[in-house]
Amino acid sequence: MRLFDWNRRGLALVLVLAALALTLIPAFAPSFVGLQLTLYFSFGILALSLAWVWGYGGIFSFGQAAFFGLGGYTYAVASINLGGSTPAIILGLAVPVAFSVLLGYFMFYGRLSGVYLAVITLVVTLAIHKFLGHTAGFEYRIGNAHLGGYNGMPALPPINVPGDVSKFLWPEDMYYATGLMLLAVYFGLRWLLVTPFGRAVVAVRENELRAELLGYDTRLYKLATFAIGAFIAALGGILFANWNSFIDPHVFELGFGAQIIIWVVVGGLGTLVGPILGAMVLGFAAVELGTQQTVDSNLILGAILLVFVLGVPQGVIPSLRRLLGRLAGRRGWPETSGG
Amino acid sequence: MDVAAITIIQIVNMIAMLALMSIGLAIIFGMMRVINLAHGEFLMLGTYAVLVPSKLGVNIWISMFVIAPIFVGIVGVIVERLVVRFLYGRMMDTLLATWGLSLLITGVMTTIFGNTMEGVSTPFGNFQIGEIAESQYKFFVIGIAVALMVVVYLVLKRTKLGLIARGTMQNANMANALGVSPSTVYTATFGIGAALTGFAGAVLAPVIGAAPTLGVAYVAKAFITVIGGGQAILTGTVTASSAFGVINQVVTFFSSSVLGEVALLIGAVLLLRALPQGITGRFFRRSL
Repeated sequence: MRLFDWNRRGLALVLVLAALALTLIPAFAPSFVGLQLTLYFSFGILALSLAWVWGYGGIFSFGQAAFFGLGGYTYAVASINLGGSTPAIILGLAVPVAFSVLLGYFMFYGRLSGVYLAVITLVVTLAIHKFLGHTAGFEYRIGNAHLGGYNGMPALPPINVPGDVSKFLWPEDMYYATGLMLLAVYFGLRWLLVTPFGRAVVAVRENELRAELLGYDTRLYKLATFAIGAFIAALGGILFANWNSFIDPHVFELGFGAQIIIWVVVGGLGTLVGPILGAMVLGFAAVELGTQQTVDSNLILGAILLVFVLGVPQGVIPSLRRLLGRLAGRRGWPETSGG
Repeated sequence: MDVAAITIIQIVNMIAMLALMSIGLAIIFGMMRVINLAHGEFLMLGTYAVLVPSKLGVNIWISMFVIAPIFVGIVGVIVERLVVRFLYGRMMDTLLATWGLSLLITGVMTTIFGNTMEGVSTPFGNFQIGEIAESQYKFFVIGIAVALMVVVYLVLKRTKLGLIARGTMQNANMANALGVSPSTVYTATFGIGAALTGFAGAVLAPVIGAAPTLGVAYVAKAFITVIGGGQAILTGTVTASSAFGVINQVVTFFSSSVLGEVALLIGAVLLLRALPQGITGRFFRRSL
C-alpha cells in the first residue's frame, strides 16, 4: 500500500481529529453550531477544488465559484422537476463537469495559460451571473422550476434516500453527510496525488515543457485536472444549495469568487488542509463581519489578502510546517506530497 | 433610417466607452506586464472625483480634467510604491495583491459613502433624430476618446518621454544600462495609467453614476478588451474595443442589453481561443 508509505502519522492524525470533531461537536455544541458548520464544510469542499486545480494543477481558476453555482442551480432545477434527489445530484455533478470540459477544451487546447486563464474563467463566471440575474421573468423556467433572477430559487427539496422521497435528510443528517463528504474529498485527493496520474499532474505544474517532452499530453492532463476540480466544486454547490434550501446568483459574484482564492492563499497554496481551515475560519469571520456595521467586510477581506500576498505569500500551513521543521532540526514535509 | 443612425451612434459610443475605460489598463499591462485588478476601483475613484467636488460647487469640467486625473494618479503612484513595487515579475501575486487592494478600496469607499448609487447630472442637452432623442453627451464621450488616443499616440511616438517608456518596455536592462532608471519609469507609468483611468471614470461619471461597487462591473470589460487587443497598446485597445463594441450593441439591438453583455463576454472567450496572443498578436504586429 503506497498510500501508507508516506506521511502515515500525519494522515492518521488528520483522520482521528476529524472523526472526533465530527462526532463530538453535535454532542456539546448548540444545534445552530452544527448548522453553521454544515455551511463551512461545503465551503471547505469548494476550497479543496481550488486547492487541487491551482495548488497542484497550477491552473489559476476564478471559475470554481461558477461550477459551485452551476452544481447548486442544476440540483435545484432537477430536484424540483424530478421529485427526488438522486437523479438531481447526478445531474448536478454531470452538468458542471460537462461545462468544465467544454470550457477547458477552449482554454487548454488553445494553449492559454497564466493570467489569460484567470481572465477567461472570471469572464465566464460574470457572464453566468449577468444572465441568471435577469431571469426573473416568467418565461425563464425549466419545467416547473422558475430561475427567479436575483431573487433566486427558494424552497428546494432536501436530499432523500434513493427511491423514497419521504425519507429525507434532516439538518443533523446533513451535518454528518456534508462532513463525511468533505473528508471523502480530502482523502480522495490525497490518494489521487500518489497515483501516477496525480504525479503527472504535479509534473505538468512544475514544468509543462519538460512533461510534454517526456511524452505526456499536457493539454489532456490539464483538462482532466480542471474537470476533477469542477466535480468537487459542484459537489460543494449541491450541498450548499441543500443547506440553504435556496440558491441565488450571488454565488457567481466576484466577491464570492474572491473569498475562495483568499481561503487558499491564506491557508497555503499547495496544501489541502490549509485551504479547508482557511475556508472554515475565514468563512466564519466573513459571517461575523457581515453582522457588524462599523467596518465594511470587503475592507477587512482586502486587507487580509494584501497582508498575506506581501507578508506571508506561502500561507499559514506551509509557514507553520517550515517553522516546526526548523524547530525539530529537519526539513519540513515535502511540498508536493504534504496535504 | 433614424433607427439606423441612432444605432450607429450607439455602436460608436460603446466603442469609445470601452476604449476610454481600457487605455489606462492597457498602458500598465503593456508596459509593465502587471495585471492591475484594482483598475475598476481607479475608475470608480474617478467618478467620485467628479461627484464630490460638484456637490461642493466646483465646476464639473475642472473636476473632470484636473481633479480626477491628478487625484487618481497620486493614488496610482502610492499603490505602485507600497504594493506593486515588491511584486514585479510575479504576475500572479500582483494579480492577487491588486485584487486585495480592489476589495480594500471598495470597502473604504463603502464605509465613507455608504452602499448607494449617486447620479452625476449630464452636461449638454439632448438632440433629436426623427422621433428619437439622444443625449449630446454621447458625442462628447466619442470626441474625448478619439482625442485621448491621438494624445497617447503622439506622446509615445514623438516625445522623449515616450521613447524612454517604449525603450524600457522593450528591454528594461538595456534601458538601465543607458542611464534610465526602470524603477522611476515604472512608477511614472503606473501613475499615468491610473491618471488616465481616473480621467476615464470622470468622463463616464454622468453616464454610469458613482457607487463604491462600480469597479466590479467594468474591470472585466476593461480586461478582456486589453487582453483581446494583445501586445500593442493603442492598436490593440482600438481594434478590441471596436470588435467588442459592435458585438455588444448589435446583440443588444436584436435582443436585450443583458444578452448584449453576455454576447460580448462569449465573443471575448472565442476570440482568445482563436487568437491566444490577442488581435495584435497576429495582425498589425509592428504597430504601437
